[in-house]
Parts: sequence; structure tokens; C-alpha cells
Amino acid sequence: MELKPNEKLNIKNILEDLENYRPKRRGWTWRTKKEALEAGPFMYKDCSLPLARRTPLPSAKYFNDIDPQPDCVITTEIASGRFEDDIRRMRMAAYHGADHIMVIRTAGQSHFDGLIEGTPQGIGGIPITRKQIRAQRKALDFIEEEVGRPINYHSYISGVAGPEIAVMFAEEGVNGAHQDPQYNVLYRNINMVRSFVDAAEAKNVMVWADIAQIDGAHNANATAREAWKVMPELMVQHAINSTFSVKVGMKKENICLSTVPPTAPPAPCMTLDLPYAVALRDLFKEYKMRAQMNTKYMDSSTREVTVTHTLNLLISKLTSVDIQSTITPDEGRNVPWHIYNIEACDTAKQALVGMDGLLDMVQLKEDGILRETARELKERAILFMEEIIETGGYFQAVEDGFFVDSGYYPERNGDGIARKVQGGIGSSTVFERDEDYLAPVTAHFGYNNVAQYDPSAVTNPSKLIDGCTLEKHERIIYIDELDETDNVDIRLENTKETRETTNIKPEVEWAGDGYIMVNMFLPTSRSIAEFAALKIAKQMGLEDVEVIHKEEMHPSEGTRIELKGKVAFTIDTDSLVIPPEPIVISDDEIRLAIDENPIKIVAGTVGEDEHSVGLREIIDIKHGGIEKYGIECHYLGTSVSLEKLIDSVIELNADAILASTIISQDDIHYKSMKKLHELAVEKGIRDDIIIICGGTQVTPEIAVEQGIDAGFGRGTKGSDVASFMVKKLKEMKEEKDEN
Amino acid sequence: MKRADDFNQKREHLKELTDEQLERRFWELTEKIVDPLIDLAKKNTTPSIERSVLLRMGFSSIESKAIAEGVLDRGLIAKGAGHVVYKLAKHKEMDIREVGQKLIDGQLWDVAVRLFEGGTK
Repeated sequence: MELKPNEKLNIKNILEDLENYRPKRRGWTWRTKKEALEAGPFMYKDCSLPLARRTPLPSAKYFNDIDPQPDCVITTEIASGRFEDDIRRMRMAAYHGADHIMVIRTAGQSHFDGLIEGTPQGIGGIPITRKQIRAQRKALDFIEEEVGRPINYHSYISGVAGPEIAVMFAEEGVNGAHQDPQYNVLYRNINMVRSFVDAAEAKNVMVWADIAQIDGAHNANATAREAWKVMPELMVQHAINSTFSVKVGMKKENICLSTVPPTAPPAPCMTLDLPYAVALRDLFKEYKMRAQMNTKYMDSSTREVTVTHTLNLLISKLTSVDIQSTITPDEGRNVPWHIYNIEACDTAKQALVGMDGLLDMVQLKEDGILRETARELKERAILFMEEIIETGGYFQAVEDGFFVDSGYYPERNGDGIARKVQGGIGSSTVFERDEDYLAPVTAHFGYNNVAQYDPSAVTNPSKLIDGCTLEKHERIIYIDELDETDNVDIRLENTKETRETTNIKPEVEWAGDGYIMVNMFLPTSRSIAEFAALKIAKQMGLEDVEVIHKEEMHPSEGTRIELKGKVAFTIDTDSLVIPPEPIVISDDEIRLAIDENPIKIVAGTVGEDEHSVGLREIIDIKHGGIEKYGIECHYLGTSVSLEKLIDSVIELNADAILASTIISQDDIHYKSMKKLHELAVEKGIRDDIIIICGGTQVTPEIAVEQGIDAGFGRGTKGSDVASFMVKKLKEMKEEKDEN
Repeated sequence: MKRADDFNQKREHLKELTDEQLERRFWELTEKIVDPLIDLAKKNTTPSIERSVLLRMGFSSIESKAIAEGVLDRGLIAKGAGHVVYKLAKHKEMDIREVGQKLIDGQLWDVAVRLFEGGTK
């Protein structure tokens, strides 16, 4: 199956013959750095190989549509709860530069004792099942070919079924996973002994499958009351999981520290976050850095979050980053929507590419507060570990509430998360292996008495059973569905209209969900604005309306509101009247036509408007404007009256008027167009000239409705205008000849 | 436990260390904390580990769960759930999946218990 950019991905093709699908590769892939990447007129120092297919940043159109890709892997986290809709979002994210797709698990899966099967819908993520994992990996196998770069697929190996999930991930070609027993212990209240014993097995399976590991330390930031005070402990947590992993057999380049700048503005976040980032990278120089973005201090303003995240990216750039995670700017208001995954990817790409080469010019100071604080953090971390050992080891320290205490260690506030060594979920489920204990499989950790049956199989225990599923994929027993009422087939049937017909509906996360977002300013206080907005949305016909953001502009003068609501109808795209895309004639054809029939124009910015940049772009030869075709241009300047334009066109015997209309308040731009047309009619020259109006707020169709010949909006080039004039003059000439 | 920030007293023994010495100390302490945990993991097993072994032997998640529960109920988990299946298959000269199916159906457990009688070998 080959994906084509102009065709939607058909989920049914992914599901077809899924029981026989094998992942085409396994293991983690880093980006290939490209030394001195040339793109458009620029040279980049910190970029990787470009993509075959991509959607560049919006402003790329000013730079020949270049789309340089940073040299670090970029993550997007997807959590809609429906894997089939997540797949479409993965494809969009891949076009925007994501090559690490992380699927969040449904709430509560970490307490599920065993594997979940089928395709049930999840909450805040999907239930991680073999079928869903296989379908998503299969889709990504096609998507990565479409964009021309390997995509890492990632989920979570935690909870009370860690080893089983690890085996399933290894079998299904999952490339990255969160694995950190401390996460189980502290945040999921899973028995600590069980967590570490399970973790060793899970990690060993990850080693076999070359799965990159991300740890769970960042959760302390998100949990602690004052996130910046847990920095010494964070280093301890990273160290415990990293060393435990190395001792199981994991290579250091597959061990990624999940690190978050702990604070956000209005805290002086650089002063607090940068020394920590430096200290961490000093201590863990042999490991990889997965730079996560701050989620602790996120509110519902997507603008505010984006600024915080851009500052997080600055820290990545000033220190180092191997995997740049992205948090969607709407995480503070809802489960992320499609558009915000894309925004988050673009924020990372935009900031990192913008800061390309920064460290060739800027250097962190080697003395002063930065290094002093970094040193202090390391010493505090060491004191933390000394006390762990003094108190009797890791388990005792957890019992004593050492972790996630809000004190700046060695300060303690007594509010840490304390767990009992005998307590938690899965307590009393750890059993000492007997001397004849055996596990005849690959990637098993710890004591394994294989020699009792075959001394030659000691280094390859699965030889006893002639190969296990890790060597023989065909031995995997695939379960399709277990629940007749909660599965993908039912969901596809329910959303058939928006998937399989020409009817469409807006959507934020699921096919046909119908949600739209409405932004408005209401000239009143916050509390009144919220209820007024709800009423407005209901009168607009929206259902299930909810205010998702409100922000004071002034206590009484006004409030900004963002709300979401559902539309109940679909639109048939076949019923739309869509004007044809303008046909652009090639530069050579334009030149030839103008050589034969020279064109003369008069141009100016009309009304009380001093903006001339856009018009100059269209006209000036140095901006690639229409002068280059030999069109004779008479530029009259800014704030030109409509009458003057008409008089000039008569006086110069010109063929066309080009009027720039930027100001759009009260539709003044459209009113000017209409007036211009009427003046030309009055003077009896309307049939002899072309009237063209342009501006950033001009909609071509509405412009034409005013009586002029053409309107050009944002993004117009000189060639578009020249093409139009050549064609129009030809038509006018033909008409005259006929008459 | 509550304690004021006594960093300046506590750090006395660290303040003269070079950055390299400090980093070495950091990693030595980590090893001291982690070594007993690794040792624990080597010597022990859990139901999830045993189910993961059965998965790798070619059983589905549902089958693995049923077999592992049977193994646990009969006090055989210290032998390894995969071991129970393997030893039975060898003894009965049966296919591994066939043995698993019988165990799920409640058969062969008496043989299994007998085979492993006497505990450690």
C-alpha cells in the first residue's frame, strides 16, 4: 500500500489482513545529521536530512518553501482514545516533522493485571492492545515511507503487567517506551518490590528489541507542590533508573532521561531551570536527553503555554537535546486536539531551526551563578543518596517518604509520597526462584537453570523449545476482538457518513465529532462574559457548548472567551461551488504576450492608507514583480484618491488600475472597490480597462462582486497578477473583435 | 519528617571535592543503591514475568493468564510457569501448545505437581 499526498488514509486498508502483519523493522532510529545543510538561500549547522514530503512552516513561502528539520528527534503525544483517528493525526504530525509518535495509555491500564485485547475505546489515551499497536505500527510503516524518514513508535511499559507489555512491544516492532519502576511505586502505588523485579525483565526484553527507554522522573515535577524544589531528587531518580537499566544490560545510548525545565514565567524560569539543565547534562553526559516541556504550570491560554514551551526550547538549545518532546498548548483545557499536536510540532521545529547555529555565537558562562548553582544541585543530590544508604536502602527511603517531598533537599517538609514495602497493588506476588527454575525463552532476566536440560542452550534458552516468538513471529497468537459492543468496527460503522461519503463535519479529535471552537471578545467582566458566551453559542445553534478559556482584558472593559460546541449538521462537499484555481501562465509566455501587446498600468494605495509594501512586492522588479515582464508601471504612491487613479489611467492611456486596499475596517476596502468601478463607468472607460484590487484582507470572490475584474489576497505574487492581465486583455480584445 | 535546609553543614565533606570527584561519588552511591535491587530481580519472579514467558512460548494473553494462575495456585511458580509446561511436554512427549491447552482445561496438573515433587532439584 502506498500513501499518496492527495488521498486520505483508509483505515480499513490498515485493518485488512492485520493478523498476518509483521513490523518491517525493530529498534530506535535517530535522525541523520546533515553537516552544513543548504536550503534556499541559507546554510544550517544543526539540521538533519530533509523530508521527502512535508508541510513547511507558514512563513516558509517567503523562503522558497524550505523546511529544514532540526537534528534532534521530535515527539508528538497522541491521546484521543480512538486509535483509528490517532492514525490520521500521526500522518499529519509526520508531515510537520514529528518522528517520534507517543501514544498515551487509557486511564487505569497500569493497574490492569495482564494484557488488554481488541480495540476498545479509551479515556485520555488508548488501551494498549496488540491489535491497536499492530495497526498503528503498520500505518506508520506506510507513513514513514511517504515522508521519507523512519518514525519511532512509542508507548508505556509500566504497571503490573510490564514484562508482558514489553514482550508484546518487542514482537510488534515498538521502538520506544517509558520504563521506570519508580513511576509505579510513587504514582501508581504498585508494590515496590514487584515493580523492580518486573522492571528488570521488561528492560531486558527492551534490550533485545533495541527499544529506547524514557524514564519517569519528570512526573516529580508535575506532582511536587513547588516543582523547582525537587531538582536534587530528580537527579537521584534519573540515576537509579539509568543505573538499574545499565546493570540489566541496556546500552547507554538507548537510555533517555525525561527532563523538564521545572518552572515557567512569571517565575524567573531561566535562572531556575538553566543551572539544573546544566547539572543534569554534566552528570549524565553518557546518556541521552529527552527534553520534555513544562506541564505543571499550564493554564488554558494556548498563547501563554507556547511562550513557556519556546523558553523550554531555548534551554534545549543552550544545553543539549536528543529527543525534543512537545506538549500541546491545549493540554491545560482538554485532551489534545489534532490542530494543537501540529502546532506543538511546529513550535519545536520553528524555534529550533530559528536558533540554528546559536552556540557558534553564544556560550554559557564558565563561572558565576550558573556553575555555582549547578554544583550545589549535584551536592544536594549526593547528600540525598547518602541518606538513602544511611537509612537502609531504596525501599526504606520510600517508606520514609523521601521522594516528592516539597522541601529543597536536605530540607524536608514531610509531605513526600510514602509507600510500604509490603503494601501497594501486587504486594506478596514476588516469589524466589528455586534452584531448578527455568524459563525457556529469549531475553529472560536473572537466574535461569537451562543447563539442567541442555548445557548447550545456556546462552540461547529458547533453543529448548525450538525458538520463541521473538525469533519466530508466526508463533504469536493474535487475538482480534473480545468485546462485541466496543470495537473499531462499530465505531467505523457509526462514523461511516463522514468517512465514506462526500459529507463532512468539523472535527477536533474524532471523525465526525462535530466540534468547532469560537473565539470572541465580550465587553464585560469575566463572570458575565462566560454566561453571555454560552448563550451566544447556543443561539448560533451549537450543542454541548463549553467555555474552554476565559481571560481578562480588563476587570470591566472586556473578556476574551474561547468556547467549543458541536454542530449538528454535515456539509456535502459535492454541493459546494468552488472557483477554479487561477491558471498561472509561465513567465516566458507572459513575456511573449507583453512583447506582442505591451501593457501599461497605474497603481497606488487607495484611501487614507500608507501601507505600500504589498503593492511594491507586486510591482517592483527587485521583488519579482510585474515590471520584470516589461509591464510599464506608473506608481502613484500611497493615500491616492480613487478619482486620481481614474484620471491617471485616462491621461496615460493605461490598460489597468492596480489598487492596494489594506485597511478593512467596516469593509472600507470593498466599498472603495465598488466606488472605483462606478467612477470608471461614469467616465465611460469601464469596458476599456482592467481594475484589480489587492490586500491582505481581500477575498477574491467578494472583490469581484463589487464590480471590479479581480481581487487578490494574501500570498499573491507578481506572476499571478501578470497572468491575469494577459488573459483578461486577450479576452477583451477578442470581445472587441467580435463586436 | 520535617527538617530545615542544613545544606551548609551537611556539605562539609563534599565542598573540597573537585567536580570529577563529585561526579564519581554520585555514581558510586547510585551503584550502592541499585545493586541490591538488581540482585533481588535476579533471584525472584512474579506472575507478570511468568505470563511474559508463556507469551514468548506461543500462548495468547488469555491462555498465559490461565496457565500462570494454575501454576500459582499449585505452588509451582518458583519453578517457572514455562518450566511446568516444558517439563510436562517433555514427559508426555506432547507439543507445548497442546500441554498448555490441557492445563487450561484443568488437566495434567496432578502430573505437574508430581513431576516437581521434592521442590528444588
